[in-house]
Amino acid sequence: MTSKENGSKLLNLTDIWIEGQSNGQWTPLVRGVNLSLHRGEVLGLIGESGAGKSTLGLAAMGFTRDGCRFSGGSVRFNDVDLLKTSEAEKRRLRGRSIAYVAQSAAASFNPAHRLISQHCEMPVKHGVMSRDDAARDGMELYRRMRLPNPTEIGFRYPHQVSGGQLQRAMTAMAMSCRPDLIIFDEPTTALDVTTQIEVLRAIRRIVTDFNTAAIYISHDLAVVAQMADRIKVLLRGEEVEEAETRTMLSQPKEDYTKSLWAVRSYARDVRPPLAVDKPALLQVAGVTASYGSHDVLTDISFDVHPARTVAVVGESGSGKSTIARVITGLLRPRIGQVLLDGKTLLAHYRDRNREELRQVQMIYQMADTALNPKLRLREIIGRPAEMYLGLKGKQLQERIRALLRMIELEPDKFLDRLPSELSGGQKQRVGIARALAAEPKLIICDEVTSALDQIVAEGVLKLLDRLQAELGLSYVFITHDLATVRAIADDVIVMQKGRVVEQGMKEDVFQPPHHPYTARLLASVPQMDPDWLTRSLEKFTDSLDSPQ
Amino acid sequence: MTTVLILYAALSIAAAICASWLFRRVLVRFSPGNLSEEFATAPLSACFGMLVILIYVLVAALAPLLAPYEPDHIVGGEFLPWSTMHLLGTDNLGRDMLSRLVYGARNTVSIAFLSTAIAFIAGTSLGLLAATVGGWLDQALSRFIDVIITIPGLVFSLLLLTVFGTSISILILVIAVIDSSRVFRLARAVAIDVVAMDYIEAARLRGETLWRLITREILPNATAPLVAEFGLRFCFVFLAISALSFLGVGIQPPTADWGSMVRENAALITFGDITPLLPAGCIAVLTVAVNFVVDWMLHRASGLKE
Amino acid sequence: MERLSVIIAKRLALGILTLFVISLIIFSATEMLPGDIAQTVLGQSATPDTVAAFRRELGLDQSAPTRYLNWLTGVAHGDLGMSLANRRPVSELIASRVGNTIFLSAYAAAIAVPLSLILGILSALYRNTTFDRSVNVAALAAISFPEFFVAYILVFFLAQTGYFPSMANVDANTAFGEKLYKTFLPALTLTLVVTAHMMRMTRASIINLLALPYIEMARLKGMSPLRVIVYHAVPNALAPIITVIALNLGWLIAGVVVVEVVFVYPGLGQLMVDSVSKRDLPVAQAVALLFAAAYVLLNLLADVLGMITNPGLSHPK
Repeated sequence: MTSKENGSKLLNLTDIWIEGQSNGQWTPLVRGVNLSLHRGEVLGLIGESGAGKSTLGLAAMGFTRDGCRFSGGSVRFNDVDLLKTSEAEKRRLRGRSIAYVAQSAAASFNPAHRLISQHCEMPVKHGVMSRDDAARDGMELYRRMRLPNPTEIGFRYPHQVSGGQLQRAMTAMAMSCRPDLIIFDEPTTALDVTTQIEVLRAIRRIVTDFNTAAIYISHDLAVVAQMADRIKVLLRGEEVEEAETRTMLSQPKEDYTKSLWAVRSYARDVRPPLAVDKPALLQVAGVTASYGSHDVLTDISFDVHPARTVAVVGESGSGKSTIARVITGLLRPRIGQVLLDGKTLLAHYRDRNREELRQVQMIYQMADTALNPKLRLREIIGRPAEMYLGLKGKQLQERIRALLRMIELEPDKFLDRLPSELSGGQKQRVGIARALAAEPKLIICDEVTSALDQIVAEGVLKLLDRLQAELGLSYVFITHDLATVRAIADDVIVMQKGRVVEQGMKEDVFQPPHHPYTARLLASVPQMDPDWLTRSLEKFTDSLDSPQ
Repeated sequence: MTTVLILYAALSIAAAICASWLFRRVLVRFSPGNLSEEFATAPLSACFGMLVILIYVLVAALAPLLAPYEPDHIVGGEFLPWSTMHLLGTDNLGRDMLSRLVYGARNTVSIAFLSTAIAFIAGTSLGLLAATVGGWLDQALSRFIDVIITIPGLVFSLLLLTVFGTSISILILVIAVIDSSRVFRLARAVAIDVVAMDYIEAARLRGETLWRLITREILPNATAPLVAEFGLRFCFVFLAISALSFLGVGIQPPTADWGSMVRENAALITFGDITPLLPAGCIAVLTVAVNFVVDWMLHRASGLKE
Repeated sequence: MERLSVIIAKRLALGILTLFVISLIIFSATEMLPGDIAQTVLGQSATPDTVAAFRRELGLDQSAPTRYLNWLTGVAHGDLGMSLANRRPVSELIASRVGNTIFLSAYAAAIAVPLSLILGILSALYRNTTFDRSVNVAALAAISFPEFFVAYILVFFLAQTGYFPSMANVDANTAFGEKLYKTFLPALTLTLVVTAHMMRMTRASIINLLALPYIEMARLKGMSPLRVIVYHAVPNALAPIITVIALNLGWLIAGVVVVEVVFVYPGLGQLMVDSVSKRDLPVAQAVALLFAAAYVLLNLLADVLGMITNPGLSHPK
């Protein structure tokens, strides 16, 4: 795919300013961005949270969300200025000439109507096709999108269809009027990697087949690299730079872009293998656990050694977070037990003594909900030190300051702040400090970086790594992200549907031969190489089309 | 007649707006730092509400100084018209209307406030406990409250008053018990949302006691909706007690009370005399005022979240 | 479809259980009575013999569970006991009034439900406009006013000037048209109070709904505002709106008691208020049971309707 320099301009956004209302004041969300697109071209919009990429994507349809407004610029689509034209004219274009694919298909399909009815709504109401033709065409699109039972799936309601399938059905719906342009707003962000790759393949295929222009919005550079001809990088509502995909990947110009790229390559030095005779700090021994009558974990066993990191990796529903609940004593295992320093921990946390509680600390995924918003950092961090170690007065204050310095926050500036006065990354650091305050031997990190932007996440990983080296901590690192595993793990446990499919040292697990599921997981992670999806698409086409 | 009334209404609305505006200036001027900022952004309706509440509290506190006569003394003929002797005339027994109105602020409002406070303390403690402890305690309490709530409040209080008779202490308790079920529901719902947060899980895993969990971790995060609920509950309780008094089964004579005053003098309305509407108006103005303040507080609480 | 029917059956069973527990609570009200009810009713001057005879008549010499069972079987057969005040069967007292209360409530509901739905939907669609603000202020005022205040204001403006009667003295022989005329003021009072609550809740639930991603999707599909509302919002709004209506018909029950007294309307509410001052427990119990049952049944109906209109339940995975 190369950009078509001599094709006519389909879309032209000039000097777009968009404001959003917060606490009664209008603040700019998008500041003077220019954007243009040729027919059949795919532009990738990339940026971290707050970059304004979704706002800009919607602006291409002449649309702003409630509480937002255009405050300058023009949006020309096929020589119609969408900011000046009538509502009726905009409605005529939306859906028919410019279609939208939302991040969460489950929330964006109307729960009250069947998929095919929602599919046919656009072509019928825009007068493109009759209802029968639209339905027949819909089934054809479902087939092209590789949905199972394409002739029947349309008669289901949204809640009867899985997330990945819904996302494909939504792309099919966007195609129903054969629009000139589709806006993809983070269409795979909410999906697991093995589902994501199927959706990516389907989107890529259909966009190429119909030669549709697209704006592909994502925070994941590797994903955008597969889909886009050109990439535009945004930061806080402003453009950082724009270039063709390959140029952008190989020679980013701006520092911000370079740092964004560099995050992907972070990896800790490989530590030497463990001496065989060293006793384990934590042993999970034959644990089977269930919610009600449904087993969520089956026969899980693994050891965590002092100053080592065990990464538990799996997709949603794999039971990886349940392991944390069993270790901390929030969920009693049905069979099996957890041992700390060779001694059995009682199944429920309320039955454990204070010393046992102190030894195992936890850091959460959502730093927002993990810190009490009404307490100041002084108390959040001080409480475990006061409670477990009996520190008081000056000693306690000194300890709190030391902890803040450990997580690289200036004590005088931060001691008396509330969590709401911190950024996302700072909150996560405070979560770490709270865990450290107990002076534990083991910290369970439950998806601690997945809610953070990549650069911030990298900082947190480096911090955890440094603390491990300094304090000799052990980590159980629960994550869905293989890049994180690669970066920090010593040992890896791969889980699927409540069972361990593969476990061992990182080097062994990441080297072939793999368990088939591990192989699939590894193959599904998008690579920075822009040809990665094309290659996987070829394999995929062969395997799927040959029997038919 | 109607034009005059409309003119009066327009005038009083204008006066209320001016008074609220002035009151806001006073609040901003004489309150400390961040409180002053809060008041500066408060809408006029909320200032009006606070001003009215302040006036009611003052009238209730200073009733003996303000009232020209004793509230239950017969000081003249029955149903005397408005005059300089009796600014608002006299009631069905010949007692001074203005004095009874002033004392009504003391009696009616304090009884409603006491009732609300009891209902609130009981409902909130049980609600927080149920949400925090969970399990069978939560199930048992919640199912029981579910049933209680299906009996319409006014009807239930009438039934209980039939059983226990009509005295002020029984009235306060009956209303408190019935309303505590509503408070329980809200407090539990608010607390359940807080309990679902990871910081509560962290506190549990740290080994915090139930008491500290509730007072230090949950309650501070539930105060905003609970304070608003207190205001709303007060309105409901106040209206319920007024309704019961109006029906003749609430606050009993000779206590000066707004609900019963309407009942006793209602006959005048059909003769085109608005005097009996005054106590009803007093009730209405206070509930409107509290609602205005609550609206502002709720708005502020939701605005801060964004 | 089987799962839906099971869920509905469960909900019905829960409703019946609730009614049963309510009957237990209402019955046990007698048990909480301080002192001897017979003595209380007959007064201090009654001889021990009369008191004993009266106790037998009330069945107070039997154990509480026996009396509860007797009372419950009585209720099931339409026998609600004897009034303590005038020794007439409670069912007789109630029979002549229950129709009146239902008539008045239905009258008010017939105006209030469509009115508040229209106002609620309009103010949600045109939110933060002058229209929305004025409707909201009016609603807030109506909620804050005691029912009797609203009633007397209406009397002052509409009855005292002679447009409508201030007393709604109807009986079994009153013609339908005349009944509508005579009960207009009480019905209007109830309407005002209930509409305010119902309109506010409708507005809130529609605003919640309009913020959902699938509504934004429908707009981005280029659908007209009317179609967004009719095809995308309304089918999903049915369940919450039905719940709002049922909840507010509960307000109507509370309001009707006061309104009946103001307008001297011969309904159940007035009967109940009378029974409080006369300490006529069997009557109060019977009326409380009726009101509670009406409320439970309304909610039951709302829940079942909500379940039927929910595609998640009618089309299981």
